[in-house]
Amino acid sequence: MNDEFQYLLNRTARGKLDRRSFMGRAAALGVAGATAGSLLGSAALAQGPRRGGTLTMGMQGGESTNSLDPAAAQSQVPFAYLKIMGEPLINIDDNGNLEGRVAEEFEASADAMTWRFKIRSGITFHNGQPLTAEDCAQTLRRHSDEDSQSGALGIMRGISNISTDGDTLILETSTPNADLPYLLSDYHLMMQPNGGFDDPTAGIFSGPYKIVDNEPGVRHTFERFEEYWDSSMGHFNAIELLVINDATARNSALQSGQVQLVNRVPPTVAGLLGRAPGISIQTTAGRGHYVFIMHCNTAPFDNMDLRLALKHAINREDMLDRILRGYGSLGNDMPINASYPLFDNTIEQRTYDPDQARFYFERSGHSGPIDLRTADGAFAGAVEAAQLFQESAAAAGIELNIIREPNDGYWSEVWNTEPFCASYWGGRPVQDQMYSTAYVSDADWNDTRFFNERFDSLLYEARGELDLTRRKELYSEMGRIVRDEGGLINPMFNDFIDAHNDQITGWVSNPNLELMDGLAPSKMWSTE
Amino acid sequence: MHPIVKLVTQRLALGLLLLFAASVLIFLGTQILPGDVAQAILGQSATPEALANMRAEMGLDRPAITRYFEWLFNALQGDLGTALSNGRDITESIASRLTNTLFLASVAAVVSVPLAIFLGLFAVRFRDRWPDRLISAITLTSISLPEFLLGYIMMYVFAVKLSWFPSVSTINDSMSFLEKLNAVALPALVLTLVVLAHMMRMTRAAILNVMQSAYIETAELKGLRRFNVIARHAMPNSIAPIVNVVMLNLAYLVVGVVVIEVVFVYPGMGQYLVDHVSKRDVPVVQACGLIFATIYIGLNLVADVVSILSNPRLRHPK
Repeated sequence: MNDEFQYLLNRTARGKLDRRSFMGRAAALGVAGATAGSLLGSAALAQGPRRGGTLTMGMQGGESTNSLDPAAAQSQVPFAYLKIMGEPLINIDDNGNLEGRVAEEFEASADAMTWRFKIRSGITFHNGQPLTAEDCAQTLRRHSDEDSQSGALGIMRGISNISTDGDTLILETSTPNADLPYLLSDYHLMMQPNGGFDDPTAGIFSGPYKIVDNEPGVRHTFERFEEYWDSSMGHFNAIELLVINDATARNSALQSGQVQLVNRVPPTVAGLLGRAPGISIQTTAGRGHYVFIMHCNTAPFDNMDLRLALKHAINREDMLDRILRGYGSLGNDMPINASYPLFDNTIEQRTYDPDQARFYFERSGHSGPIDLRTADGAFAGAVEAAQLFQESAAAAGIELNIIREPNDGYWSEVWNTEPFCASYWGGRPVQDQMYSTAYVSDADWNDTRFFNERFDSLLYEARGELDLTRRKELYSEMGRIVRDEGGLINPMFNDFIDAHNDQITGWVSNPNLELMDGLAPSKMWSTE
Repeated sequence: MHPIVKLVTQRLALGLLLLFAASVLIFLGTQILPGDVAQAILGQSATPEALANMRAEMGLDRPAITRYFEWLFNALQGDLGTALSNGRDITESIASRLTNTLFLASVAAVVSVPLAIFLGLFAVRFRDRWPDRLISAITLTSISLPEFLLGYIMMYVFAVKLSWFPSVSTINDSMSFLEKLNAVALPALVLTLVVLAHMMRMTRAAILNVMQSAYIETAELKGLRRFNVIARHAMPNSIAPIVNVVMLNLAYLVVGVVVIEVVFVYPGMGQYLVDHVSKRDVPVVQACGLIFATIYIGLNLVADVVSILSNPRLRHPK
């Protein structure tokens, strides 16, 4: 690479030369377009963030029914716009550590029942009003209220008292909870003036961007909030978020340069799309998993031998290969994997074993076909996955009868109602929350009808245990109990697959959720 | 009373009656969807307490017949209520979606209707010769392909490969008319291809039917040019079936294009309706249903009236 090229590269990366002229002059120097483009990408990364430009992103998961109220957020687009506009007390950073955002510092009392959060000074809301500890307290109060129908209600249940002391927010919990700060990173818990009690859908937050246009299910546009306190975020002048629910349309928009960043690339086309010029595929191993769930209290699944037979009758490797095209990792019949803190990686991986499956099936004394309900909407490829399961189980002499349900109404009529069906979980930031959400006896969504006293007592013990070694042991035992006795068949954890083109750079792998935990729009920058 | 006025009035009254029946059906239909709106809004994360709270708040616990008449009277006064899912005013949200839908439908109609009729006449003029066969082959091929596939092919060729038009057709108020036209170029093209064959074939068949008549022979014997015979003499007598099929396709352009809206990310009524159906947002579904029914019935009414007016025996009664 000669000096002239290097000179051009640096100038372009610093924004002195536009990208088009750079590519032209690089070609004149005999450097092929794709090479020049990727060199430019790394040069831009090395130069550090550059301010300016507009980011246009295309996302799946938006509907015209979306609301700006953070309590109502459920799908990917509301998640993304809340992350763009809002800021929680705490984030979980790229390495899984806690990072204070609105809360500058935080500490727990020795019994892990009282937490004090010092609120950062100098933060203002988009309407110019300064952010106070009382605003934070009100926000948490609103999400704690049963009437708010907040998606974060489950998290807030454990908090018994919310108060303030000057610039400090004080949270008291009814039982010890060592994980509380992790839970407060939830994307519903974005700080709002007076907690959003006045108008939850006003769209006024304290994050790096403020909303300009709000057309639910179509597009949302934002401009940079100049008084935002952290200059390491918010590099683009403006962001345009287009709702593109159709995967082919999303990928075409990326390829034709109409958008620079997309989420949810289907595993089936990720390889192809990655070979298109200027496109980078970013995969993130996450905590989301695709599952088949059995009700442990409903015949025939109340028989542990039958559950074990089915757990041995599924071919996880094959399913990972065919349904996710390798964009994922093997499940081990528990909802936890290496993406969680305090994961015990010595728990033996369960594998496909038709002989064992046959042994347990015969011991269970069950005969006749077993109904398995599935739908396209249960997870991407759920119908095909059920067919693979049917085949691998047939080899062990177990007959699965697949019942294909309509997508519409699946979550109200089938999931958590029928005793054996396909489903998915998005994962939670910490083990405690995942188990409390769906596996403890009185969980809101105990979708495997799992009632195990030993498991429950371990969960409560672990929650207040501040010694990490001991805690890891407790979680390990809990994982083994769910794996061997529970109603969960977990063949695979799915990766998040996002993609961007070379007009933007600055991607950093973040294990929490898609699009760098939703921070890609605020942390990436333009190369043009 | 002039028989035409009577006939038209009769048709109008029938249309209104039909609309009323449609409103009953729409209301009943939304009642028998599995799950209710509270369940759909809360989704996978619904707890029994949250469900009960929400049902009470939305008045879903009152009898259906009360809710039906309340809804009908409010709708007649132009008040479609607020969306249950996000609390937005339905009339306001629908207005912009409906405008977009009508815009795309108009662009497609302005291109496809004259084109289809002209191609129909042209095909008759060169009946059973190569122009006729070529036109039929192309239009029948395009109608045989599923819309989404046509959409993807157009997108691949004209947006990804040639970069002539955008693949995402999102339009908004800040765009000029020309920018909007550019944005909807691809969906309008696909829609044109989808509706062309039906109208073209119908025009061709209707005119060929008339071409057997004695008076056409007379016109030909007078020595008129063949195209004039078709356009001036045969066409007026085949207007009724042509108008019917044109209206049917116009109605389709307004109410049946949800697939194209999804493929090209166009913010029209179809996607809006589907989103709200999946959220069981009953007031919005009912409002959309009512608007679609009005458009459908309205366009068919126009077709009927035009057919009546185009019939000289009715226009000039003895």
